[in-house]
Amino acid sequence: MKKVFSRPKSLKNNPFHYCPGCGHSILHRIIGEVIDEMGLQEIAIGVPPAGCAVLAYNYFDIDMGEAPHGRGAAVATGLKRALPNRLVFTYQGDGDIAAIGTAETIHAANRGENITAIFVNNAVYGMTGGQMAPTTLPGQKTTTSPGGRTEVAHGHPMNLSEMLALASGSVYIVRTAVSSTSNILKTKKAVAKAFQVQLSGMGFSLVEVLSPCGTNWKMIPTEACHWIEESMVKCYPLGVIKDITGGRKSAD
Amino acid sequence: MRGNHVIGEAAIRAGCHFYAGYPITPQNELTEYMAARLSEVKDGVFIQAESELAAINMVMGASMAGTRAMTSSSGPGISLKQESISFLSAMELPAVIVNISRGGPGLGNIAPSQSDYFQATRGGGHGDYRNIVLAPNSVQELADLTMRAFDLADKYRTPVLILGDGMLGQMMEPVEFLDPKKPGKPVSKEWTLTGANGRPSRIIRSLLLDPTVEEEHNWKLVRKYERIIHKETLVEDFLLGDSTMAVIAFGTAARITKGAILRAREQNIKVGMIRPITLWPFPSKAIQEISKIIKHFLVFELNTGQMIDDVRLSLEGRGEVHFYGRPGGIIPTPLEVSRVIASQYYQKRLG
Ligand SMILES: Cc1ncc(C[n+]2csc(CCOP(=O)(O)OP(=O)(O)O)c2C)c(N)n1
Repeated sequence: MKKVFSRPKSLKNNPFHYCPGCGHSILHRIIGEVIDEMGLQEIAIGVPPAGCAVLAYNYFDIDMGEAPHGRGAAVATGLKRALPNRLVFTYQGDGDIAAIGTAETIHAANRGENITAIFVNNAVYGMTGGQMAPTTLPGQKTTTSPGGRTEVAHGHPMNLSEMLALASGSVYIVRTAVSSTSNILKTKKAVAKAFQVQLSGMGFSLVEVLSPCGTNWKMIPTEACHWIEESMVKCYPLGVIKDITGGRKSAD
Repeated sequence: MRGNHVIGEAAIRAGCHFYAGYPITPQNELTEYMAARLSEVKDGVFIQAESELAAINMVMGASMAGTRAMTSSSGPGISLKQESISFLSAMELPAVIVNISRGGPGLGNIAPSQSDYFQATRGGGHGDYRNIVLAPNSVQELADLTMRAFDLADKYRTPVLILGDGMLGQMMEPVEFLDPKKPGKPVSKEWTLTGANGRPSRIIRSLLLDPTVEEEHNWKLVRKYERIIHKETLVEDFLLGDSTMAVIAFGTAARITKGAILRAREQNIKVGMIRPITLWPFPSKAIQEISKIIKHFLVFELNTGQMIDDVRLSLEGRGEVHFYGRPGGIIPTPLEVSRVIASQYYQKRLG
């Protein structure tokens, strides 16, 4: 019998611990496939965050070094500057990259560090139990915005990717989702392109992935995917935010 | 050469290829020196980071890659680095961290002070760990101990702190750079992240969710710390032979003390000095040995009394301990300290 589907070589043979319907497992698989298809397993170094994906090193069969919460971009900068011909990527949640690690991320992008950030936006702090994140939507109930997020009390949802697009050193910034088959395939293409940008030495690349967190959103997986496509995308529109790989183009 | 420049030159000669830092007085000359010198070194990397937090985490990344890496700062910036120093200890990553300390707490001032002794020797960050802390007292020692710091960091896979102060950083003295020690056994770097090329993939992590695994890791670190205590403790004795009283001081305070002791001896006061060169591991054994002969100790620090705790713990009651401190960036003269010595000496009728 012909085998038509199997585990990517760059994923270990460990079952994911993630909740049913969680976007992390899908995204791990996509990244694994891209690493395989681009032949990067031997040169890839991943930097997992503090967050639900802290255990990513149990799944990826590549070198991985943990960063303190939010400091992924700085750790990746050190790795990449020391080893310029490796592929170095961070894997960070919205709390990690858009709250505690904002400064490191903006400066890495602005310096044009030749690294890739995979930014998993699930609009909550997953690992610590569903608290409000910088990316939480207006009206969204979390354990620390029990009456729903209001702009007055909690501030506005943060569009980090758009902010990063303003940085002169960022080259490719795109927002995708893992809410449907077609979005998953687009996410895979985006990851591949971001890695290619890095391999060509062009500068900072980032893929923001809208990702379901049924457990903390208190939704079954299909509802969670719907919520991404109905509500999240209004605040975080999908598509290319910046792409100057073909020469200078404005960040529209 | 100026102290801060000497640290930089010694680091380069010890094979440091990576420096990340953030401006803060009184250590700026070190950052500036690294900016200039690393640009001349093949594959040298200098990054002026956006904060001390970013700087130490860049050093963490470079260290994961197997590169000799250093950062430097002064008190307020060292406070910001503490979380990552804890991570470096947990993940057993070598790194050299220089604190050219100043008056504190808060912004304090930029004058020489030894107010960061507790922060340096007690970890400063969270969790059950120790750092090697080296306390030079001359420009020559800045050179020697900086080179040693890189060797120790690699040998034990642990962060090493150099605790200086604004005086040491700014002062100019002649210096001779030793040839970096002929490499004995090359330090194994079989743990570095370089890409899983022709070998299984590697993980560097500090998260150990299973308490039995974390406990074993804690004991493993303790066994390493015991080896360091046993092998790497450094202390200088000064004129202890005939003494009935010993001053205990480190760094700049020890230097002032030497002058004070020479003055006191002109008046036939039989006093010597014990100078811890490693603040961790602290030379407790040496102090215990000396306490068999000398019973009177004067601890002199440029703070309100921090190392004195370690002296008391070392003595376990076998000796009388007094304290003289000048915090806030005040540098007393040898004359002032010799008067303190003399008054103690005569009060206790030691002569
Ligand atoms: C300095 C520090 N503060 C807080 C924490 C606790 N903490 C762990 S993960 C996390 C946030 C996780 O949220 P996010 O980054 O959105 O990732 P997710 O878990 O949702 O994937 C926090 C606050 C920590 N580890 N370190």
